[in-house]
Amino acid sequence: MIASTLVVLYPIVYIISSSFSSANAIISGKVWLFPVEPNFNAYTAVFKNKQVLGGYMNSIIYTAGGTLISVVLTIAAAYPLSRKFLPGRKFFTAMFVFTMLFSGGLIPTYFVVRNMHLIDTRWAIVLPNALSIWNLMVTLTYFKTSLSEELFEAATLEGASDMRILTSIVLPLSQAIIAVIGLYYAIGLWNSYFDALIYLKSSDKFPLQIILRNILISNQADLSMGADMVAMARRQGMADVMKFALIVISSAPLLMVYPFVQKYFVKGVMLGSIKG
Amino acid sequence: MPDLHKKTRKLMLEHWQLYLLLLFPLINLIIFKYLPILGLQMAFKDFRVSKGMWDSPWVGLKHFQAFFTSPNFWAIIGNTVTISLYTIVAAFPFAILLAIGMNELSSARARKTVQFFTYAPYFISTVVLVSMMMQMFDPRIGILTRLLQLFGYRGDNVFGSATAFRHLYVWSGVWQQTGYNAIMYLAALTAINVELYDAAKVDGCSKWQRIWHVDLPGIQPTIIILLILNMGYIMSVGFEKVYLMQNPMNLENSEIIATYVYRMGLINSNFSFSTAVGFFNSLINLILMLSVNKAAQKVGETSLW
Repeated sequence: MIASTLVVLYPIVYIISSSFSSANAIISGKVWLFPVEPNFNAYTAVFKNKQVLGGYMNSIIYTAGGTLISVVLTIAAAYPLSRKFLPGRKFFTAMFVFTMLFSGGLIPTYFVVRNMHLIDTRWAIVLPNALSIWNLMVTLTYFKTSLSEELFEAATLEGASDMRILTSIVLPLSQAIIAVIGLYYAIGLWNSYFDALIYLKSSDKFPLQIILRNILISNQADLSMGADMVAMARRQGMADVMKFALIVISSAPLLMVYPFVQKYFVKGVMLGSIKG
Repeated sequence: MPDLHKKTRKLMLEHWQLYLLLLFPLINLIIFKYLPILGLQMAFKDFRVSKGMWDSPWVGLKHFQAFFTSPNFWAIIGNTVTISLYTIVAAFPFAILLAIGMNELSSARARKTVQFFTYAPYFISTVVLVSMMMQMFDPRIGILTRLLQLFGYRGDNVFGSATAFRHLYVWSGVWQQTGYNAIMYLAALTAINVELYDAAKVDGCSKWQRIWHVDLPGIQPTIIILLILNMGYIMSVGFEKVYLMQNPMNLENSEIIATYVYRMGLINSNFSFSTAVGFFNSLINLILMLSVNKAAQKVGETSLW
């Protein structure tokens, strides 16, 4: 038990410590567990970088906006489909589920997005994959099992319209499930880079993950500039520390939110597994 | 019969608001999921961007043949399947161990703490995960490279090694997903009948005996179902992590179907060919999903829907 916790923890601790260490310590390999010559240099440098800041802003926009759109669409689909009397319900549900099993694939989808003139727009990030059928199923199950028929009957008897029922009864009672799917959508949006990779061209729209990828993995964007040898060595070390800092700040938002939503997270997995 | 239709129409009109609500996700679904399915015909044509999809000439199965006979075919399929199987086999023991371990913790606080730390990696993005790996395996300063060298590792570029690719990919996946995977097993463990535990205690079982004879059999159905369902995903290894870990040096072991489709389609603009490969992949996945679902249904009472 203890061993596994440590194994899981160690890489995270190492990265965090490294991000606070001095450049020289990293190069000479002195950092094992705790920060050596701790300082905030890496962080100040990172926050000054316009690309990083821009990416951060974009990710916030995509995550907030995308989650909103996705949750709205999910409820807009789950609520009608949960009403047992609705004609065509099975048909429509099947339509949604089918897309879990079979899809057009990368190229045809790309061309649809292209023909809709969405290439290189922010909409390309939040629209094509707005509806996760998995989340839809979870919400649908929740609606069907947790909302009793009596509530609906009582409301209908009092003359409430479907929309009224939605806003006054269903939504207030569904806060838990909205939290769950909202969380899953948000995680997905914040962490993914694939859609941005294929649909976006202008760097001012890049989300943080793409910026990260360019800096950390492809070594394309340079956090440091200049040609002086000694300075370059120092900057090279600096580049490494900054990479560590970058890793920390990009994971920080989700990891900071995580403790608060931990129970929702577990609940979501359970709900999903009840269905499957 | 006319009575039924009248009733249906009445219902439909009465609940027009529901249909209106449904319209929006439905439109999104049709545009972004069903239109592309229509676009699959590109796989059977020689697609020319200038002519558009409808006017490009038909070529039948030419692209499929090209794919099946291409020298990369077996390597790509092999990589995809190997990575999947390796992941499944490597991941589930640890998830089970973790779940059992957590179940044994008497204090709820201890359990919450362990939960907290083992789920955390799930929240880390793929980019960050791969970056962490690259930093820790860096030839110059990588701390894990240093560790490996202590054990006699001679080389210095772990990421450049084709053979190392699989291990890196799978074990980093285990690190990230074990906590998440354990949730299901933990749920199954807590569902085990308390009387069985009491009976075991009365019989004088030690802790390990109890785990072996009560816990494991208790979650056996869950294990089997999950294994079966995971097999359905064998041919659909995800793009993101593999793509980030790929480089020209490890390509022979790191090219999977998804990255191949991307490379052929969006990089080389080999649109029709790429669509054909993707089509093939989707078809196999469909067959696999339906089969494993049938199998899971036979074994247990659950399935995907």
